[in-house]
Amino acid sequence: MATVAVDPRTDYLLRLGDDALVLGQRLSEWCGHGPVLEVDISLANLALDLVGQANLLLNEAGDGDRLAFHRDVLDFKNCLLVEQPNGDFAQTIARHLLYTSWQHMLLQRLTNSSDQFLREFAAKAVKEVTYHRELASEWTIRLGDGTEESARRMAAGLDWNWRFIPELFEVDGTLAAAIERGLAPDPREFEAEYRSAIAAVIAEACLEAPPEQRPILGGRRGHHSEHLGHLLAVMQFLPRTYPDAKW
Amino acid sequence: MSGDWPLWEVFVRAKGGLSHRHVGSVHAPDAQLALAHARDTYTRRLEGVSLWVVPSAEIVASDPDQAGELFEPAESKVYRHPTFYDIPDEVKHI
Repeated sequence: MATVAVDPRTDYLLRLGDDALVLGQRLSEWCGHGPVLEVDISLANLALDLVGQANLLLNEAGDGDRLAFHRDVLDFKNCLLVEQPNGDFAQTIARHLLYTSWQHMLLQRLTNSSDQFLREFAAKAVKEVTYHRELASEWTIRLGDGTEESARRMAAGLDWNWRFIPELFEVDGTLAAAIERGLAPDPREFEAEYRSAIAAVIAEACLEAPPEQRPILGGRRGHHSEHLGHLLAVMQFLPRTYPDAKW
Repeated sequence: MSGDWPLWEVFVRAKGGLSHRHVGSVHAPDAQLALAHARDTYTRRLEGVSLWVVPSAEIVASDPDQAGELFEPAESKVYRHPTFYDIPDEVKHI
């Protein structure tokens, strides 16, 4: 099903919804594989929060199940950061820190959207994401300021995900139209705040920020890394193979 | 890995006005993550409004071998229960 979303509101719902869906699916891959039982439950909780957010957003954009399970990779509008592989626990935490710090700042501003659904969604989700951001920060600090091995892994996790930050602040024509209508905040307004918040966590973790890398863009327009196709294959297999399957 | 982490006892207050009750334990490297683990493990279904975590090693327990001298003498003192009073219906949580 090709979804050509030209309406800026639908497109914005899909961007946020696909971010939440893909990151939720990624985190759920940890289920049963967490480094310890408590962390396993913790990661599953984060995944469930995100899938819940995706459910609200995609059902507002259209038929949520069809959008989640019957779109192909080119139609997904999530940012590249959320589809990156879990790697080890530190790499997962790095991705979560970088995404949820951005998401938190976005949702705080989205509570002033001109759109009632987005305002109400943001007011609900911002509480969940505040916790995500804090937990990811706490783990970043503990791993960075932990053993030699944990510090090395945390630095490598940040390094892997670093090149996907610029995409979070990219404003293309479709997003510009949503900003123009007051639906969406302009992410560029909080880029400096974001950079300094991430720098503060990294400094507290006794790590160095990775060097700036050549940014990779395009997720919002459907240009994804190879990782997303594999994620979708697992996520979409059952409803596509057994279209009439019921719980 | 969690074997390296100390154990923390978890107490949850179900709602304002009630006491914190012991619900279980979690492993965590420090107090703040113990709170996070307790939150994620024991309050996922609206079980509480407040959490305590206490290092399990800090709990001083009675010796099971002393159960006889500590607890059995109370068995024969039924008059210590306030069962000889009528409790008004309006009084909750007794």
